[in-house]
Amino acid sequence: MDPIVNLVIFAGLALASIVLSVLAVTCKSLLRAATYLLLVLICTAGFYLLLNYHFLAAVQISVYAGGVVILFIFAIFLTTNKDEVLTKHTTRKYIRGAVAAIGGMALVGYVLWKNMLYTPVENQTMIGDQEMKMQSIGDALMGTEKYQYLLPFEVLSLLLLAVIIGGIVIARKESNEK
Amino acid sequence: MFHFEVVTQWIDEFLRTYLTDVWALLIEYVLIGVVILGVYAVLALVLIWLERKICAFFQCRLGPTRVGPLGLLQSVADMVKILLKELIKIDRVDPFLFRLAAFMVIIASICTFGAIPFDKGLLVIDFNIGVFYLLAVSSLGVVGILMAGWASNNKYTMIGAMRSGAQLISYELSCGLAMMTIVMLSGSLQLSEIVEQQAYAWNLWRGGIPAIIAFVIYLIAGHAETNRGPFDLPEAESELTAGYHTEYSGIQFGFFYLAEYLNMFIIAAIATTLFLGGWQPLYIPGWDAFNSTMAFIPPVMWFFAKAFACVLLSLWVRWTMPRLRIDQLLNLEWKILMPLALINILLMALWVIYL
Repeated sequence: MDPIVNLVIFAGLALASIVLSVLAVTCKSLLRAATYLLLVLICTAGFYLLLNYHFLAAVQISVYAGGVVILFIFAIFLTTNKDEVLTKHTTRKYIRGAVAAIGGMALVGYVLWKNMLYTPVENQTMIGDQEMKMQSIGDALMGTEKYQYLLPFEVLSLLLLAVIIGGIVIARKESNEK
Repeated sequence: MFHFEVVTQWIDEFLRTYLTDVWALLIEYVLIGVVILGVYAVLALVLIWLERKICAFFQCRLGPTRVGPLGLLQSVADMVKILLKELIKIDRVDPFLFRLAAFMVIIASICTFGAIPFDKGLLVIDFNIGVFYLLAVSSLGVVGILMAGWASNNKYTMIGAMRSGAQLISYELSCGLAMMTIVMLSGSLQLSEIVEQQAYAWNLWRGGIPAIIAFVIYLIAGHAETNRGPFDLPEAESELTAGYHTEYSGIQFGFFYLAEYLNMFIIAAIATTLFLGGWQPLYIPGWDAFNSTMAFIPPVMWFFAKAFACVLLSLWVRWTMPRLRIDQLLNLEWKILMPLALINILLMALWVIYL
């Protein structure tokens, strides 16, 4: 696509995600904060779409927007009293947040600067040209060769299994009490 | 066979001869948006009329008869009424979330609607990851429903939203697993390719027993996802007034109503695409005269005929079965449908490897 159109779309998405992120952390109502977070995550999916990472965009929407945010909302529904869903904003909180944000920015800036230094400018592919094939993602996930991820995948499934069993153990009712 | 590809390509070429690429694309975006919204609204009107007529048929009534022939214009009149109605301001609601919720629900529905291949070349976007995109985008609607329930500041809406959230999240699982079964059979997530593969045998026949089991699971789980029929506990009127959209009025209520009807159609359309061959005509090997006659019917007609057959099935279930209890509903999903869908995936793997 035209570079100008890409730039316009990028600027819109960036502006939206900055404004929404600030709203998400400064907003008093917990549920509104969760909603702003959802919109930020959707904007991130937009960035992935702009880079032609369609798979990642769909993962972003289904895992974060469809899963994590719904979990947040359920947690807010089930644990907090309806009159107490307002958060308090103290100065200490702001200072801690600012330190974390500046640290993160420094780290990202360092990585960007380092990569700018090492890769030649004409090789930079800021905007992806072609879609990643689903089949190659599947091969990478299920292969045992170099740069393929079967072992991490299986370890993660084991971790998930342990979490599920732990959840059942915690939630189950003791039938015969001694 | 006449494909809509001809028309869409002609429009594209026509625009590109007179304009630069950027402007041509921009005009195409606007055109597509208008067409999608138009088809969405018209389909909703047709579905509402159909539902009222079929409901009347099941209850030995006539349904709407006064406005227009066979009451055809009844839903147009209802649309004008709902557009003119006042939006009532509710005291002590969260106004931002209250308004956003209605949009979330309908945006999720429209995003899903856009990816459905109505004909060759008649779909908005043909992602490599089509089926996954459908699953991802349709899960956004749940957030809208939960927000609507909370923002309305009413206990009925809250209970309705909680029930609906639990129901949608659980039935999404077996819905997705049933869709994955077909993805295994066709080896692709791209919707247009899945349809292309079914030219000589629909997936329902090609996949044999596992595909038929997956089809039944998909229809049940998909029907539950629309919050209708025996699964309408979130808006059980005898207990919860109208569930999560009790406090909404005017066109905001209209959004929920529209999304509900269109979700029914979308579920039917996805079932058509994945299991019943999409826009491909019926093909029986050996019957050449029959096949050429069937191929004469335009593919769009085939698509809508199959989709409306699935819609009819859904309406039939809705007006026949009594409402489930919440524990029965969750048992059905977690103890019957999901294990069955998982076993079915194994069966499909065996089917793909050995047959």
